[in-house]
Amino acid sequence: MSLLHLAIISPFLLAILVPFAYKLFRQIHTGWFILPLPILLFSYFISYLSITSNQQSVTKSFSWIPTLGIDFTAKVDGLGLLFALLITGIGSLVVFYSIYYLDKNKEKLNTFYVYLLLFMGAMLGVVLSDNLLVLYTFWEFTSFSSFLLIGYWYHREKSRYGAQKSMIITVFGGLSMLAGIILLYIMTGTFSITEIIAQSDEIFANPLFVPALLCILLGAFTKSAQFPFHIWLPDAMEAPTPVSAYLHSATMVKAGIYLVARMSPVFAEHSLWLWLVAGFGIVTLFWGSFSAVKQTDLKSILAFSTVSQLGMIMSLLGIGAAALHFETVKDSYFTVATTAAVFHLINHATFKGSLFMVAGIVDHETGTRDIRKLGGLMNFMPITFTLAIIGTFAMAGLPPFNGFLSKEMFFTGMVRVLDMDIFNLDTWGILFPVIAWVASVFTFIYSMVLVFRTFTGKFQPEKLEKKPHEAPIGMLISPIVLASLVIIIGFFPNIISNTLISPAQAAIMPPAEGYLYDTHIYFWHGFTPELFMTLGVITLGILLFATLPKWRSVYGLFPKKLTLNRFYDGGLEIAQRGSMNFTKIYMNGSIRNYLIYIFTFFIVILGFALFAKDAFTFDASNISTIHFFEVLLALVIAVGSITILFAKSRLTSIILLGAVGYTVALFFVIFRAPDLALTQLVIETISVSLFLLCFYHLPKKRNEERMTFKMVNAVISVGVGAIVTLIALSAHSNKLFGSISQYYVENTYEKAAGKNMVNVILVDFRGFDTMFEIAVLGIAALGIFSMIKLRMGGGKKNENK
Amino acid sequence: MLMTIVLIAILCISVAIAGLIYRVIKGPTTPDRIVALDAIGINLVAIIALVSIALDTNAYLEVILLLGILAFIGTVAFSKYLEKGVIIENERDR
Repeated sequence: MSLLHLAIISPFLLAILVPFAYKLFRQIHTGWFILPLPILLFSYFISYLSITSNQQSVTKSFSWIPTLGIDFTAKVDGLGLLFALLITGIGSLVVFYSIYYLDKNKEKLNTFYVYLLLFMGAMLGVVLSDNLLVLYTFWEFTSFSSFLLIGYWYHREKSRYGAQKSMIITVFGGLSMLAGIILLYIMTGTFSITEIIAQSDEIFANPLFVPALLCILLGAFTKSAQFPFHIWLPDAMEAPTPVSAYLHSATMVKAGIYLVARMSPVFAEHSLWLWLVAGFGIVTLFWGSFSAVKQTDLKSILAFSTVSQLGMIMSLLGIGAAALHFETVKDSYFTVATTAAVFHLINHATFKGSLFMVAGIVDHETGTRDIRKLGGLMNFMPITFTLAIIGTFAMAGLPPFNGFLSKEMFFTGMVRVLDMDIFNLDTWGILFPVIAWVASVFTFIYSMVLVFRTFTGKFQPEKLEKKPHEAPIGMLISPIVLASLVIIIGFFPNIISNTLISPAQAAIMPPAEGYLYDTHIYFWHGFTPELFMTLGVITLGILLFATLPKWRSVYGLFPKKLTLNRFYDGGLEIAQRGSMNFTKIYMNGSIRNYLIYIFTFFIVILGFALFAKDAFTFDASNISTIHFFEVLLALVIAVGSITILFAKSRLTSIILLGAVGYTVALFFVIFRAPDLALTQLVIETISVSLFLLCFYHLPKKRNEERMTFKMVNAVISVGVGAIVTLIALSAHSNKLFGSISQYYVENTYEKAAGKNMVNVILVDFRGFDTMFEIAVLGIAALGIFSMIKLRMGGGKKNENK
Repeated sequence: MLMTIVLIAILCISVAIAGLIYRVIKGPTTPDRIVALDAIGINLVAIIALVSIALDTNAYLEVILLLGILAFIGTVAFSKYLEKGVIIENERDR
């Protein structure tokens, strides 16, 4: 186990200690104990930058289940390191923020930080694992810890609803991803991502390739809240704000992005990948930004905005795959989409994290997040307002913030789709830049709503629960750090271009031998179409924002019944009610019905097997001659059994059953089985008297009614009889081996010193069976005794007392 | 010669059992049925004895004795049941 492994699991180890720290040092906010770890990890991962900047990678392996080929292989390359830095960096800021956000007296901090650390470790594991099954393990850990964090205030019904919803959707995707991993393993024989990438050309032609692609993508889409699986994200906003900032903007929702980026070298050859990733991404982008405008809750706006931005990154990753289909990977003409994806990934984490924290501050200092109640907070919270301006302007893609740069690159990538002539992109490809542009207009509108509805306009003190004031400095530090990053990256984008972006891009699109990506980001491209698109976005955005109250009613046009949440809720409802009704139909509590199922199944399965395998044979060669006694006894048994069915009184039935039993004893006699005959006679007598005992205690009036005739029962009983007869005949005709009885005949006296062969078999050759039959009888006797003697409360009193 | 006689005897007794079974099925009252069952038991004894002769074995003599005892016990139990309504009476002092 190397230091790298220790770094990945260190959050888990610290999580063990958190409850002790919480109990022992109640006066100190538990967050202070947590804070050093992510900072330490962040500085540790910074040290890898020098390696990955040269587009090299570090692999450390630690065997976990070596017989199954499952090793905990940690691999740090550009992509993994970028995510690890995001996780630990924003993790530190979020922990710091949470120290001021969560009250140490009112909240259960021990559970909060345990969950948060679990999540942090799991997320590090996801991005740094090279083994797919280990990745999947950590992946489910993130779903699970996210579930715990969303339901942190578990006494609220909405928290529980949101937690359950996110759990169902992400675990659904996670399981699908597991299926994809297994398919990949079947195709390649390895779980290692590096080795799978090395074999990507061979598996391309494999018939399992497309199913694996779909399964993996389903996992990525559910985790990264892509349309139509985005519905869990807005409901996850019931979590505490630090959680929303951390999980649901910067890290967990990017796990799907990470997966798509990581698996790009494997799958991106296929046109389906490009269409699905880019298509779902662009739809998500549009739908998220469109829906964000109608939200009234700050965090809901941010949630839909996250959905939309994730869609944007996803679509860029999809478009970037097109670069593989052109000869020269060196040509950065199409790889610009991938660059934009990575760049925007970083930018989004910075500004969205700070915006969530801003929303948390507003909530914390005013008591509400509803933008209809907020307004005019600019004078009370100038610092928060500044932070919000920076974050939202970056989100809207305005210069000079970093969002502007990545949005320009996004437009560049989308416009260049027009130049592609593969996969029918020359026909439908025009939709990409158009939708992207429209979505950007909506992005601009909700960004403006977010900042101006909250901080400008009329101040409404009567609607607020608290008197608003500026947040404490501790709460402001984290968003200030993030906002400064927004500005720094905005002004000096090239400090991250060849340290973070190019290495990550090299992992997503492995370049040709000896070629290194060299990324440069410029503010000024000249008068390109992108610039005019941005100008158009700003112009139309301002116009639409100014007239928002007039066209807001557009959202009312959509029927409420057709929302995706309705489908989800309705689906759950239908699934629950449907399965309940279905269970009620077949599980009606009547044992007769169950017997009908069992026997019908018996007939159908055995009959089908006989028929399908053509198994029925009849061979009369080794049949012994039939004697007169046997015919006579068979007649007696047949008459007796059939009369039982038509007997009017139960007493008659019991006596007839006795008669049948005695006749069986006679059969034993003529088939030369004296021991059986003896036993049969005694047992038959006892069981008949037991039947009579039961009969005696029956209610009187029910004794004298004939069994009613039911056609279904008759058919089934005849069917069972026929099938068993057919199988018996067939089995008798198909004997493959002779009997082993000759051994017993020869050795009963020789080896076991007995002349009665049946008894010698029972107690000597196969005495074990007898022992347990004795046990059965003992258990039955004890059971009967205890059933009669032990009457727990509720039953009748013992009759004997 | 002996076999023929044995076979004829078995046939006769089988007819007798068939007749008794008719009585068991039809028998208007329970005592009728019980008596018929008792007679069937004794007839079974006879049949087993004859079968033993026919099969030339003495392995079934225990069956004959057992059947005799069982038929007796069964008939007594039935009779007691018909008379008193119970077969095993509880002790009086309880």
